[in-house]
Amino acid sequence: MDLPLIQEGVKRCSPKAFFLWTLPWLALLAWGGLSAFLCLWKGLNQTNMSNVFAFALWIVFDLAIIALGAGAFFTGFLTYIIGKKELKNIINAAVIIGFICYSGAMGMLGIDIGQPIRGWFIFWHANIHSMLVEVSFCITCYLCVLAIEFLPLILENRQLHKVKAFRIFGHNLHEVMAIFAATGTFLSFFHQGSLGGMFGVMYGRPFAAREGFYIWPWTFFLFILSAIAAGPCFTILCTKLTEKISRKKLVPENAIQLLAKISAWLLGAYLILKIADTLGWIYGIIPDAGLTLMDFYREGPYGIWILVAEIVVFGIVPAIILFIPNARKSGPWLITACLMNCTGIVLNRFVFIVVTLAIPVMPFDRFWGYLPTWQEWGIALAVIGYGVLLFSAAYRYLPVFPKEKELNPVVN
Amino acid sequence: MKQGHAQGKHKYGMVIDLDKCTGCGTCMVACAAENNVSVRSDESDKERSITWMQLYKITNGREFPDAETSYFPRPCMHCDEDGRGGHHPSCVSVCVATATKIDHNTGIVSQIYTRCIGCRYCQAACPYDARYFNWWDGYFPKGKGLERYLTPEVSARMRGVIEKCTFCHHRLMRAKNQAYAEGRRDIKEHEYITACAEACPVQAITFGDLNNPSHKVAQLAKSPHAFRLLERLNTKPKVYYLSTKDWVRKMADNYLPGEFKRVNKATG
Repeated sequence: MDLPLIQEGVKRCSPKAFFLWTLPWLALLAWGGLSAFLCLWKGLNQTNMSNVFAFALWIVFDLAIIALGAGAFFTGFLTYIIGKKELKNIINAAVIIGFICYSGAMGMLGIDIGQPIRGWFIFWHANIHSMLVEVSFCITCYLCVLAIEFLPLILENRQLHKVKAFRIFGHNLHEVMAIFAATGTFLSFFHQGSLGGMFGVMYGRPFAAREGFYIWPWTFFLFILSAIAAGPCFTILCTKLTEKISRKKLVPENAIQLLAKISAWLLGAYLILKIADTLGWIYGIIPDAGLTLMDFYREGPYGIWILVAEIVVFGIVPAIILFIPNARKSGPWLITACLMNCTGIVLNRFVFIVVTLAIPVMPFDRFWGYLPTWQEWGIALAVIGYGVLLFSAAYRYLPVFPKEKELNPVVN
Repeated sequence: MKQGHAQGKHKYGMVIDLDKCTGCGTCMVACAAENNVSVRSDESDKERSITWMQLYKITNGREFPDAETSYFPRPCMHCDEDGRGGHHPSCVSVCVATATKIDHNTGIVSQIYTRCIGCRYCQAACPYDARYFNWWDGYFPKGKGLERYLTPEVSARMRGVIEKCTFCHHRLMRAKNQAYAEGRRDIKEHEYITACAEACPVQAITFGDLNNPSHKVAQLAKSPHAFRLLERLNTKPKVYYLSTKDWVRKMADNYLPGEFKRVNKATG
């Protein structure tokens, strides 16, 4: 039925199988759609957010997927600026994942603000002192860059490619892609950093506050590093998952291994700085506020284990696995390390958002708990549904993996 | 680098005497009525109810007969500076849409409801939980008389925006208008006080210009018993507290062992 849209020389499942595959993800989208409608119609009282938990599940999801989507700009940087040719085989997948993550995050943010119609005030009445303004500007611009990076791939669809104008336009875009990759890298550095800066500048909350360099708290640099350490791992995971589901080898192993190796070095560098930052925090910020480290972990479910889990279990352990060539070359170990690395970064974002707000600052205030409502889960999971659907459609109709034909010759 | 803003002429602030405060809650009610704070039929969800003036009960944690109780009325602290030595309170520097500002001529931290986009970053940044989000549409039950008590000078807030104590800023405007009408340039001490200060039955709340040495509030703020909430965070609040009880003063901030300096040797 959709055969004319599928590129020649590759094997895809039947339209029926593809339709059935989309059903659960469409169901997630429907759930999210209903939740979004309720939140926009009735307001954010549909969530369990409160005056204590001003940021909650959605912001955790936002920051997590933006960090995991960092594979797009970083792979683009390595491919087009550094000139790592082998990554051309995975750059398309990285760009699509990045586009999904960023567009999904922006969609969620649109619902998360109390007055979505005033969203443009961020640009109109921009407060240049606010880290969130920098985040908003850079994310918006970078989403445009991602769309431009995604466009040539869309134009390579079998039917679109037949149109001469599209073909020429797509080719020209390819020629100037290095400029967009450089722009994307610049923008991404700043918004990944500003997302970290958002929490580091909250000097009223010693749990999140950090010293820094000039106007940038250390979290600014740590968020950049952790994002580029985990982003490539997420790209590997998505690629491996696609290979598993499609039962095909899609990306040459050298591209995967290069990303894993770079990830190992970046994660290692991140962990050294993160540990230094944590020590600076323990011996600087916390005693200055009249507190000890354990004061933060006295109440509620968040014990010191969360710090150990973030740095040791989901930081040092995956870094060691990724550093050992034989380990990262073994499929299961690579997947484990990538999963742990991604979990670590999500945990890091969770700690900076939810744990920061859960811990009372005033000595006589109490610890508050928070559990998301089904509406909050609906919108968060809809982003996953949207991501899977978009990636599936891209895989089916676009030449996402340039080496697919070579690696999987179709036998007639 | 720019050295922030020049010190303004006025610096309005408040001193709350905790030894006098009985925890009656009149300040909370007066504040809500004066500032058109919306209500809900069920206000039991304390994480989402709006109380510009919040009252915290604290105890010294001892058993009878040594048990003691005190109350902490907590308006917005109208902080002065940021922790890095700038002149922006923690909420002002983070606001994306410049919807909250500090007026350097009065020291009052304002909230522009029609500009707020409801991102709630300021809520996250405020250590005093003094900022409130409108989770629901504003509601003033009709037919029960409440709508007749709305203050015409205070705009009601819409759903999805942040609101907070403004030090009854409209009263400052009213006093200024009055002074202007009478050909005066300055307003007198008693002409501008907040609703909570006016309503307090035991006169625990004193309001005035901290920069004016003749104002009672400026004198009280210099008392050896005066302190501010979470002073160590360097937020520079303009709300001071008074208490002769060491344990109350100690509870206003965090101290490592041996750091807290007692004023009185007799209590605590």
